[in-house]
Amino acid sequence: MPRETFDRELRRLQDEVLLLGSLVEQAALDAVDGLRRRDVQTARRVYLGDQVINDKRFAIENAVLVLIATQQPMAHDLRTLAAILEVITELERMGDYCKGIALITIRLGNQEIDIPGRDFTRMAELGVDMLHRALSAFVNDDAEAARKIPPDDDLIDELYKKTTRHLIDVMVANKDIIDRANLVMWVCHNLERFGDRVTNICERTIFIATGELLELETSDDEIKLLSPEE
Amino acid sequence: MIETKMPEKLVISPLTVGVAEDKKAPAESTDIKMSTEHLDMYYGKFRALADINLSIPAHRITAIIGPSGCGKSTLLRTFNRMNDLVPNTRVEGRVCLDGQDIYAPNVDVVDVRRQVGMVFQRPNPFPMSIYDNVAFGPRLYGVRRRAVLDEIVERSLRQAALWEEVKDKLNQSGMALSGGQQQRLCIARALAVEPQVILMDEPASALDPISTLKIEELMQSLKMDYTIVIVTHNMQQAARVSDFTAFMMIDENRAGTLVEFGPTAQIFTKPKNRQTEDYVTGRFG
Repeated sequence: MPRETFDRELRRLQDEVLLLGSLVEQAALDAVDGLRRRDVQTARRVYLGDQVINDKRFAIENAVLVLIATQQPMAHDLRTLAAILEVITELERMGDYCKGIALITIRLGNQEIDIPGRDFTRMAELGVDMLHRALSAFVNDDAEAARKIPPDDDLIDELYKKTTRHLIDVMVANKDIIDRANLVMWVCHNLERFGDRVTNICERTIFIATGELLELETSDDEIKLLSPEE
Repeated sequence: MIETKMPEKLVISPLTVGVAEDKKAPAESTDIKMSTEHLDMYYGKFRALADINLSIPAHRITAIIGPSGCGKSTLLRTFNRMNDLVPNTRVEGRVCLDGQDIYAPNVDVVDVRRQVGMVFQRPNPFPMSIYDNVAFGPRLYGVRRRAVLDEIVERSLRQAALWEEVKDKLNQSGMALSGGQQQRLCIARALAVEPQVILMDEPASALDPISTLKIEELMQSLKMDYTIVIVTHNMQQAARVSDFTAFMMIDENRAGTLVEFGPTAQIFTKPKNRQTEDYVTGRFG
């Protein structure tokens, strides 16, 4: 028997999570676009837009608490609400990464530095694509789809290595711009972490479907690093 | 135990997205259907209710909760003067329906009970057919034409989400229905006279969980057309079904008092009063 009131509220909350996700996706694309074009106006807009993301996260958190308190969800329903609390926290932090990139754009202003813009755009696009699929899987309760997403993070990791290598080369070539190159290094970091947090969202989708709390994927590099034979 | 204390930020956040429209705090524009003003109610010399000031928003479900003996049902029964039937009772203060005091001298009590219907704890269908149960009120108020009665019976049973289950056996006894169906029949009977307010006194406490859920979902659809006040011992039920919640307790003189009234979401996540907090968290009562 359907619980119409609860089900309706839950769908509404899932829609809000999707909406929050779309704000984060747009912030990521805009933040990198602003950096590539060295457009301080765009960066400022992304920076200020983070407040909207934060407010929405708190509003969803509030609504989840109200739903738990008033509707006494159990089992799958309870896991879904607990997972929403986790997912919105991830999304809020992803929003912070975008805000961080915007701040770097503002700090850099017009100072000369060779930014690997094409790679950053690619990293942002990959991250946004993963996030989009992860949130679809999340609201559709599709654990199988969620399991397929994290391996794509390897592409972002490759670009992370490539861009950080490039920036190290830039630093070595010209010590005078180490500060600036270091700032841009943070962009690499933020875009790399963006992908990692998508993996966390996928873990929550699997948790809803199976009740299993697990850690998906550890990168091969880490496994090698920790292996005693190496 | 789930931590329900909200960050301060929430209070100042202008956004309430995700919060159901009907769970938001009462807006200034919310119409008040019924209200009590300095209401005292006495059984003989015993003061059962003390200085109750409560506003019941129109087209909303208001739950009255509180420990046993705190005066919940007594308060509910003042809303349609059911207490008049108990000898030696006396009311001071005002109980208003659309701003008019229903205890004023010129008021017709039969008319009050027509405007403010009631559903009781135990389903109490009359020992007559399903059809006659629902048609009972309209007939009492003078409706005679069969076609009109047919229409009222069908509309009321549909509103009570019972029509599909009984439309082929309207002439069977109402007593033959299941408990949950009997309670929905009683709701249909209350709806048949087109009241404005429906009072429900523990309407699901004698029902199984599925029938309870049906009644709860039914209440959600009824609030489009009616104002509902429900008394329930079941705090979880109050949380599930209501838009507003009134928490009552007995004071030092054992009189029922209103401790806190507010949006249900607030009462169950961040009540303002310590006693309410203790009650909803199961630490009292």
